[in-house]
Amino acid sequence: MKLLENKVVLITGAGRGIGRVIADQFISDGAIVYANDLNEFEIDGARTICFDVTDSNALKAGLMSIYKAEGRIDCVVNNAAVIANQKLGMVTKQLLEKMYQVNVFAVIDMIQTVSRLMARNGGGNIINMASVTGVVGSPGQVAYSASKGAVIALTKSAAKELAPQGIRVNAIAPGIIKTERFEELYEASGDKIDQRIGRIALGRLGTPQDVAFAAAFLASDRASYISGHILGVDGCATI
Amino acid sequence: MTNLEKLNKIFCEVFSVEPTALGSDFNKNTVAGWDSVHQLSLTTAVEDEFDILLDVEDILEFTSYDNAKTVLTKYDIVF
Ligand SMILES: NC(=O)c1ccc[n+]([C@@H]2O[C@H](COP(=O)([O-])OP(=O)(O)OC[C@H]3O[C@@H](n4cnc5c(N)ncnc54)[C@H](O)[C@@H]3O)[C@@H](O)[C@H]2O)c1
Repeated sequence: MKLLENKVVLITGAGRGIGRVIADQFISDGAIVYANDLNEFEIDGARTICFDVTDSNALKAGLMSIYKAEGRIDCVVNNAAVIANQKLGMVTKQLLEKMYQVNVFAVIDMIQTVSRLMARNGGGNIINMASVTGVVGSPGQVAYSASKGAVIALTKSAAKELAPQGIRVNAIAPGIIKTERFEELYEASGDKIDQRIGRIALGRLGTPQDVAFAAAFLASDRASYISGHILGVDGCATI
Repeated sequence: MTNLEKLNKIFCEVFSVEPTALGSDFNKNTVAGWDSVHQLSLTTAVEDEFDILLDVEDILEFTSYDNAKTVLTKYDIVF
């Protein structure tokens, strides 16, 4: 039997980057994958479901449509995020609010709603995408790291609150992951990034696949005694 | 079972009362032990029974037997 055989999974922000690779991995592990993003996209082997995670009504309707079609939802990966790096003096209130809406409020909304559907079938599990910056902090990422710190805290509290319903809640805290977005970043400030790579004990950048393997494990029954955990996928970095 | 019977059954199970106890004066202030845990048990059971997902604002409105019926009519559940 495959690791995620017939598990019904929703992955947000799966149109590109890490989310997309998580979707591919879950499909090859046998899951029934619903891949979400803002705009229409295609992904082999997955059903796509487009909505803005900050739109509560759309989120609810999306979850209900999956629940009606499959009869259950086993796992949600809260991966969608707004990622932006600015020095403190350059963080606008508008960006801060947007970041919190997507990275934090929508995650709480999703957990609040999907946990009730999961509870109907005796449980499930939720994986939130945090970041190593939310654990150790990083210059130029005060706003973003604050939102990811919130993800870490809410993961721990939700894990405690939802355990009686058989719902596990964990987070992954990736280090620097080489996505399409990263290529652009590297072009803009390659030397700074090289310095950071020097501080990764395992001596290389992470790949979306590294994160996807961790997510597949947490989503699987092999992690059935793991909840409230923040799993670093960072090559043992001290950013 | 009618919708009213389904709702009554849920209230009776959550609060361990007989159907005769249910009425306009069955609310958060008059029922001992109507706390957030009971309120969420109530709304979870209602969601399950009627196959709906309540908005958080509506969950917060579930503070009396009458309110419960009013909220549910918004979800096209007729009593
Ligand atoms: N790439 C990294 O180095 C890194 C490091 C640590 C943590 N992370 C985290 O991993 C996750 C994925 O990162 P990524 O690098 O793949 O990002 P990305 O920007 O490449 O992908 C994010 C996806 O989320 C979607 N999205 C954004 N707002 C949305 C909304 N409101 N509703 C629905 N979808 C929305 C975007 O359209 C995009 O496709 C994020 O949570 C990020 O914070 C990434």
